[in-house]
Amino acid sequence: MTTLYLNVIAGGILIGIVYALIALGLTIIFGVMRIVNFAHGEMVVIGMYVGYGIWSVTKIPPWMIAPVAALALFMLGYALQRSIVNAFIERPQHAQFILFISFALIITGLHLVLFGPDSRPIDIIESMQSYSIGPLRLDVVRSQAALMALALITGLILFLRQSMLGRSIRAAADNLIGAQVIGIRIRNVYSVTAGIGMACAGAAGALVAPMFDTQPFLATDFTLIAFIIVIVGGLGSLTGALLGGVIIGLSEALAALVFSPALKTVFSYALLTIVLIWRPNGLFGEQSR
Amino acid sequence: MKRALSPRPWPAFVFFLVVAGLGPVLDSFWLSLLTLVFFYALMGLSWNLMMSAGLLSLGHALFLGLGAYTTAVLTASGGISPWLAIPAGTVISALAGSMIAWVGGRFSVRGVQFAVLTIAFAELVRVLFDNWNFVGGTGGFFLKAINPDTNRPLLTLRGGALFFYFAFLAITAAAYFLVQRLMASRWGFRWRAISEDEDAARALGVPALRSKVLAVAISAGLAGLGGGLFGLMQGSLFPDSTMRLQLSIEVLIAPIVGGLGSPFGSVMGAFFVVPLMEFANVLGQRTGYYGVNTLIYGIVILAVIAFLPHGIWPRVVQFVRSARPA
Repeated sequence: MTTLYLNVIAGGILIGIVYALIALGLTIIFGVMRIVNFAHGEMVVIGMYVGYGIWSVTKIPPWMIAPVAALALFMLGYALQRSIVNAFIERPQHAQFILFISFALIITGLHLVLFGPDSRPIDIIESMQSYSIGPLRLDVVRSQAALMALALITGLILFLRQSMLGRSIRAAADNLIGAQVIGIRIRNVYSVTAGIGMACAGAAGALVAPMFDTQPFLATDFTLIAFIIVIVGGLGSLTGALLGGVIIGLSEALAALVFSPALKTVFSYALLTIVLIWRPNGLFGEQSR
Repeated sequence: MKRALSPRPWPAFVFFLVVAGLGPVLDSFWLSLLTLVFFYALMGLSWNLMMSAGLLSLGHALFLGLGAYTTAVLTASGGISPWLAIPAGTVISALAGSMIAWVGGRFSVRGVQFAVLTIAFAELVRVLFDNWNFVGGTGGFFLKAINPDTNRPLLTLRGGALFFYFAFLAITAAAYFLVQRLMASRWGFRWRAISEDEDAARALGVPALRSKVLAVAISAGLAGLGGGLFGLMQGSLFPDSTMRLQLSIEVLIAPIVGGLGSPFGSVMGAFFVVPLMEFANVLGQRTGYYGVNTLIYGIVILAVIAFLPHGIWPRVVQFVRSARPA
């Protein structure tokens, strides 16, 4: 019995790390631009199709494809920001929201036209295998995905801390006017940030492709999971996104085990409501407002 | 200033009267299309009311669904007259709305967080209904078929296409005049003040919590009213269609495309968006590419939000004013 719970907890943490990567993308975009990417789940699904597509041609395991998906989504995010979203930075919040809803509809529409509504499973032998560590049995696909996600998250945090560009992104998030005063080209920072945020979603998409069968309508679920995580953790907070991802991964896994798999989202929403009432700006959000 | 906020009611009155006069001469295709237009216009008016108080609702399907389910369950399982069941649904939706507004307002959940709170409640209730056998769960709730020969639409509130055409037109027109009056009332000014700057509004003595609860209660009530009648028209209800998140999103497109500033924008938006939606659906079915409708929909919204930031209706008004000699 304890082993069962331990295994479920471990599985929840592993998927939680991948969720954290998705949420990290959403929170970085919000932290710098104060824009909520309502099409985040759609970006995850693009990543899933990249993962599925490359796997079905080359049979390279999907976790190794994640950096490619990240690169593809980086370019998409950068281009979208440059061509359209930068013009919406000063517009009211609901206008930005509608803009991203239109992106979401267009992406899902394109997925449906190009690939149809059928789900596309990735059949690999690793899906059946698991690593045994003492009494623990860790799903191979999940472990690989979590390790890759962890590597990408570490890389991203190092980039934000060490590189010049990363520092200008943090500067823009901390103090927009100050950043402009010292000569940071803010539009460029925005475009790179959008690219990074969507790259996180894309990489996570390739990682989850073997776990959830790829299909266009998964997008809403991922958008909602990412929303729940960043709001529980605190919009704009990196720590919040990372811990929030693990919390939601755990809560989903435990709710599915203790109650029923159908109720796992209810559990997340209940958690969200409690956190919002207790700390309206999330666990790690700025509380003074 | 006062004139601009409360335009003379008779142009809108004439408009609704002309649309009503069209009813008997339309064929069943146009009847059902325009009925859907009225329904989305009503939902848009309701959504726009919350937006005017600065509250972004992404869970409007909850209010619609609660109204629809309450009305359907009371009439079918309780044997209660729909004349009482629809008001009951309206009240239940309004209560649910007040509760969400109170939680949000009391614990200062604002902006994006409030929008996600509305999603959270809507999804919670949807999953609850999915697993609640009394209302049919995922299998859905069905109204008994009516016998068209013995049925008296004014008693059962269920009738043919023409009946629902007039029914939806009537409540949509009523809702329009209600929202119009409210926006010009003291509450309308309070809502706009809150949406501009809540802290400043409070400092000036605006009762923020009460104003917000009232806005959401009326908005949710209107959605519940429309939902109740919609349920009677459909005859079947499923949590995954009546309460789904996509519906909450669909509802907010017409008011935004039409123009957020004025209630008539919501009505105009529905006249533009719903036929487009139907056209895109038909195109999707004809070509066999089911994503075509979603794609067209997204592109049109993108075009409107990028090139007509204040929506279609204000632009039309501007055009008419400029064409007329001052």
